Amino acid sequence: MNGTPNNRWLHRFAVLTALATLGLICIGGLVTSHEAGMSVPDWPNSYGYNMFLFPPSKWVGGILYEHTHRLWASMVGLLVIALTRWLGGRESRRPLAIVGILEMVAGLAIFMLLPEQKATGGFLTGIGGLVLLAAMVWVRNEKAAAPLPQLGWLAFALVQVQGLLGGLRVVLFKDQIGIFHAALAQLFFVLLCVIALFTSQWWSERRASGRSPVLKSELPFRRLVVVTTALIFLQLILGATMRHQHAGLSIRDFPLAYGKLWPATDAASVARYNEHRIEITNYNPITAFQIQLQMVHRVVAMLILCAVAFCAGKAWRKFSGRSPVTKVAVFWLALILSQVALGAATVLSGKAADIATAHVLVGALSLATGAILSILAIRFPQFAADAPLAHAVLGKPVTLDLNGVMEVGSAGKLPAAR
Amino acid sequence: MKSSFAILTAIGIAGLTQYASAADITGTVTLNGTPPAEREITPLENDPVCGKMHSGKVMTEFFVVGANKGLADVIVMLKGVPAKAADDSTPPAVLDQKGCLYVPQILAVQTGQKLVVKNSDPSTVPMHNVHINPTASANLDAYSTKISQPQMSGSADLTYQFSAPENFMKFQCDVHPWMFAWVTVVDNPYFAVTDKDGKFTIKNVPAGKYKIVALHRKASPTGIEKDVDVSGGNANVDFTLEVK
Repeated sequence: MNGTPNNRWLHRFAVLTALATLGLICIGGLVTSHEAGMSVPDWPNSYGYNMFLFPPSKWVGGILYEHTHRLWASMVGLLVIALTRWLGGRESRRPLAIVGILEMVAGLAIFMLLPEQKATGGFLTGIGGLVLLAAMVWVRNEKAAAPLPQLGWLAFALVQVQGLLGGLRVVLFKDQIGIFHAALAQLFFVLLCVIALFTSQWWSERRASGRSPVLKSELPFRRLVVVTTALIFLQLILGATMRHQHAGLSIRDFPLAYGKLWPATDAASVARYNEHRIEITNYNPITAFQIQLQMVHRVVAMLILCAVAFCAGKAWRKFSGRSPVTKVAVFWLALILSQVALGAATVLSGKAADIATAHVLVGALSLATGAILSILAIRFPQFAADAPLAHAVLGKPVTLDLNGVMEVGSAGKLPAAR
Repeated sequence: MKSSFAILTAIGIAGLTQYASAADITGTVTLNGTPPAEREITPLENDPVCGKMHSGKVMTEFFVVGANKGLADVIVMLKGVPAKAADDSTPPAVLDQKGCLYVPQILAVQTGQKLVVKNSDPSTVPMHNVHINPTASANLDAYSTKISQPQMSGSADLTYQFSAPENFMKFQCDVHPWMFAWVTVVDNPYFAVTDKDGKFTIKNVPAGKYKIVALHRKASPTGIEKDVDVSGGNANVDFTLEVK
């Protein structure tokens, strides 16, 4: 983790994996925006073909999106296996070999004992084979600094769970699984972004300089960033729930809702809304719950916008514009403003697939940015005025409590840096 | 021998009597109010294969209003009559896939009646998949492993038989997500679907007093009910549905 050429390549590979995952989320958004989730009704096969041998001539209509999603997901799976191996160093070879052999044995058992699940058995055997191959690669690299190997293993587990969830969504016809699949995808992307951050030279240099004590005055900022990030995750779950209802837009106007600040949701009103809905691809009638869900989504969006604007303003005042915390916070605000605009455009365009997909994409970026800002705020709360620098600037004695919280002067506040 | 002859004669007379006393129920369903404007199915038109099979605009068909405000695609059925499933003599109903659309989009079948789903699209459309959405538990159980069935171009017809009544069971194609049809399953043979002018005829209804229901997937999804008396022969029942 000292910025050697090897580590730079590891960082680049981690960034590539994170970008590939963002692409996968984007294609997943296209799948739901085009209502194509069930366009390939079997899994892991595609219309009886081995997934990787499915003829491109049959990639028509919604199949194009769903099948591309499957192939892209397989590629992300491969990248994550390699990343796990790279992060874990040579010590990861044995556990990878054990997992690979277990998956191959389980896959072969399914293949031989359950004739109707042959494809599943073959698929699992293939995954196990790739994991085993990763274990056999003769690269005697050292493992990355903690917690990177552990994060790699977490990504390794999550990518396989995600693949399984995606498959079960198809074969079990369960929208609830789709919601969980979408929410977990966001967390998976955050994890890969964190791995990319931790493998960067920038992070290594700051990590080497040691952990700064936390100023008491920074605690509210930290809490606000973390809570806002959690709120964004909640918002993404709400969004995924709306997308997986297959009912299109439950409210088609913005900023009002059925001409009101809060629409009526009694049975007669909902019946009237349904009577007047002319949907092209989302024919399920809407319910009062779906209308309320979209209203909650709108309210939470406003809360997030206010919270992120407050974070950015506070960072600007506290740390100066050159601080990494401030830069990330301002970028976060820009993302949230774009996201609000995309949300409005999604409604006003009648849920146009490209706009709705962009809304999913920026949502994922907003969560990842919030997570990174949370880490920065927790790990390096005062970039603009590092603790030694703060001490020098203040010229006052500082005291550290047992939690590493630093009391500065009587006001407990740092003067605005620069 | 004599007794057998007498029984057969009695059955014959009873049958003739029933036939003689059977009546037709006719009527018209009209729509009051201005329905929302239909929308152009742009995903179909933009599809590189399906779009070429249509020369003009392809519109949704939620409210098909004909002469004198007659409303098409309304299911009219008798309610409360003894349940009776179709037998093998009942001709199958047909749902076709043409030009990447279901034809017809509204269909009614009797419980036990065969429903044949065809794929008349050319080989340039490699496949459809027929995804049904039953809500009655008996229908759901019967097709739990066949909820979604691929139907390649030129492949054999798919045949369905539903044992439980339910309204507007959605058929969809996930490959072409604008393709929908709604099939209503009725547990007696006394039902009809209104034509383009909103007219319907329910034939051979036994003499008696009944409830008659009109269902439209948008204007009256839960149905409007009326009384009808065919004790004295044919009867006429008109419905007026409202768009609020």
